[in-house]
Amino acid sequence: MRGISTRRIAIKALLLFVVVNVVFALTDPLPAIGSLSAYNLIFPGRPRLPYSDFPERAYSLSLYNLNAMFASHEIAAGPRPSGEYRVLLIGDSSVWGFLLRPDDTLAARINAGGRTLPDGRRLRAYNLGYPIMSVTKDLLLLQHAMRYEPDLIVWLVTLESLPAGRQLLHPLTQNNAGAVRGLIADYGLPLDASDARLLDPSFIERTLIGQRRNMADVIRLQVYGALWAATGIDQDYPDYEPAAIDLEADETFHDLKPPVLRAEDLALEVLRAGHHLAGDTPILIVNEPILISNGRNSDIRYNFFYPRWAYDQYRVIMAEQARQQGWRYLDLWDVVPMGEFTNSAVHLTPAGSQLLADRIAQQIVAGEQ
Amino acid sequence: MSLTWIVIFTAGGLLFGALAALAARDATGRLNALTRRARPWLMLSASVTALYWLQSSTPIRHLDFWLPTGTLGLTGLVWAATLKPRPATGAKRPDQTAAGPGTPDLRATLLTGLVMAGIVALIASTRYVDALCCLTPSRPPEIGAAGMALLMCVAVSVIVARLATGRAWLDAALVALLLALFVALKTEPLTAGVSALLRALTGQSVSQASALDVRWLGFSYIAFRLIHVLRDHAGGRLPALSLREFVTYVVFFPALAAGPIDRAERFVKDLRGWDAGPNAAAARVEDVAEGLRRILIGVFKKFAIADSLALIALNPINAGQIQSMGWAWVLLYAYAFRLYFDFSGYTDIAIGMGRLFGARLPENFDRPYLRPNLTMFWNSWHMTLANWFRAYWFNPLTRWLRTAGGASLNASVIIFIGQTSTMLLIGLWHGVTWNYALWGAWHAAGLFIHNRWTAWARSRQAGSPTSAWRARITHMLSVALTFHFVALGWVWFVLPDVGQAVALFARLFGG
Repeated sequence: MRGISTRRIAIKALLLFVVVNVVFALTDPLPAIGSLSAYNLIFPGRPRLPYSDFPERAYSLSLYNLNAMFASHEIAAGPRPSGEYRVLLIGDSSVWGFLLRPDDTLAARINAGGRTLPDGRRLRAYNLGYPIMSVTKDLLLLQHAMRYEPDLIVWLVTLESLPAGRQLLHPLTQNNAGAVRGLIADYGLPLDASDARLLDPSFIERTLIGQRRNMADVIRLQVYGALWAATGIDQDYPDYEPAAIDLEADETFHDLKPPVLRAEDLALEVLRAGHHLAGDTPILIVNEPILISNGRNSDIRYNFFYPRWAYDQYRVIMAEQARQQGWRYLDLWDVVPMGEFTNSAVHLTPAGSQLLADRIAQQIVAGEQ
Repeated sequence: MSLTWIVIFTAGGLLFGALAALAARDATGRLNALTRRARPWLMLSASVTALYWLQSSTPIRHLDFWLPTGTLGLTGLVWAATLKPRPATGAKRPDQTAAGPGTPDLRATLLTGLVMAGIVALIASTRYVDALCCLTPSRPPEIGAAGMALLMCVAVSVIVARLATGRAWLDAALVALLLALFVALKTEPLTAGVSALLRALTGQSVSQASALDVRWLGFSYIAFRLIHVLRDHAGGRLPALSLREFVTYVVFFPALAAGPIDRAERFVKDLRGWDAGPNAAAARVEDVAEGLRRILIGVFKKFAIADSLALIALNPINAGQIQSMGWAWVLLYAYAFRLYFDFSGYTDIAIGMGRLFGARLPENFDRPYLRPNLTMFWNSWHMTLANWFRAYWFNPLTRWLRTAGGASLNASVIIFIGQTSTMLLIGLWHGVTWNYALWGAWHAAGLFIHNRWTAWARSRQAGSPTSAWRARITHMLSVALTFHFVALGWVWFVLPDVGQAVALFARLFGG
């Protein structure tokens, strides 16, 4: 019998390594791999998209693979049940439910109401919110979510998610550059498709070695499914500082100064694109509740995010846009009292979440009558 | 040991292995002889360097330098104490002179001492070269202080060497010293006390003292090796070892952090018996290929399997969050397999690295979760630790109980005392806490029950034939039962709070 040739083994191993990496770079199989999921099969689907900076405590993690994110969500469990009136909630961390248990998020509170529409269909809301404020990030998620055949989209927005300069700040948009460029091109968004923040991986970065972190994230998301199933925990709940009530006497909003906020300063085209993208599916745009402070300098600012002049004009602009464009629009900016916010001027307590859920659910049911 | 360190050490080992293989092909034999001479020095230098490099950082000033220095000091001290062989045996030391047994070759000893001191001085001197600083996690102390410490180590070792002649109590005193250090490092309040003392000495805040401040790289394994040589020396079984051989054995870098616990006489055989014959080149290539194979297997076990399982393995945080019985079992299984793949992966890496340098470290695991009873489990799980306790605790104790100490005791009582005390000590080796003691007691109970069951079953089944399929089914059920007994034992091991462990047992059984 011939002995084992170490040199041959080394050469074959090297060759295999090169071939696998080149094929990986050329075919980009990660999105397809992301679609393979043990969620909704072995583990229950997650009620919100995976997001966390502390995976070891949250049993969840932030990743950029949209297929993997959606495949882990309960919305991907199977065909839409008959008799379900499917509502997708999109928006920022207040919709996602930062610091809220899965049962206390906006979607969960809407569903807990057990409402039915006049035609007998059961109202079922799905939480597709995702932290960080950017309507372009919302649009990206909406594009992906349309395959789940919604009956209604409820899009919660706030002024902070609209400044044009903030649209590409989110790593999710930066790492899905191709999809974002597609949206820019398809809907003529006033965003720079060659913005350096949109990441284009080099050939080496597209190999298996270059993509090892993204690959590991997809695998880790699957592995964490066991802990999600075992504990029902999907985010870290640290102690937190309550949202600021006493505010700085600062009138600026990002790089804008009083007295005028112009519609052109806001990425309203993204909202219009959302309506195009949704096609026949109606969209209800909701101006989400904010903390209205009564503390120091509250005559200048509503809260940490917003000087009064900017926010007041934003509300006027939104109402005007909705009227002009024929959007369904609900301004709920002041429906939650100051004490029902947690660590930020948009993050709600369970009671605040219930208040908002009731108002939105009423509107949904009313809209179908 | 991080992946980076593994890659660096493996690259070094591969380079050495490749050079050694090439040198073995040298027709003149001169290159091969050179490699043979260089190898022990390389192993010593790499091990001493790794001792400092792998030491984790600590908030106590310069402690990450003093702890490895302490290891070298202790090693030198024990070597000095074992210089004079006890009467029973004592092969001639390779560096002994004609002055007689027990007298080391002064030149070789001085050279080894100088090499070690030179490495330590080089590491200490990196504090003055910003571009190189530092091999240790933090900046080393002044070179003068390091020099003084080395001188002290040498002075104490010389005194001990002079005392060593005919003084058996010295071995016992050093074993006691090692055990005292062991207890101090494994008992949280005592370790915190040591931290407070060290903080006071370095002028740091005593109020912030914590047991986590004092993490001595590989001390558990180093102490076991030192106790082994002291006990074998006291029993006249220790072969004569040069300072270079002794230090390399105690701090051999692949086995520094997670074992295995080799025996000195076996290790030194590898060190001295490097094949220089006509098959040398083939042996070198085989060493490299086998070493690399074991390292790759170990890396896969540790970094692919164990680290993935670690994400979902049972731990004190998720134990209190589990909502259902089924998932509680999943998390427990994940922990059981994570522990095995982690530890056996590290062992594979250590064995592979050792092999690159021609050292065949002993195996530590042999498919432990496929064993049909607990006795066989302990013959295949952390084998070198179990063997150590068998040799230096269980066997002497049961021998003593059978003869002098408890001649009136019957066999089962002797076995009970021997197994219980051994397993409690193995438990406490992991840390002096109630949960480790309970883990030890759990296994002691299992071993004793198995022992009695075997005796009872043997008496009943004597002569009765067993069909093959029945034997196979019995074997499979035994494997499953043993695995689950071991897995349930890990509950005590992983959860430091006994109440939490009891609550988890309730959850596992539907409570």
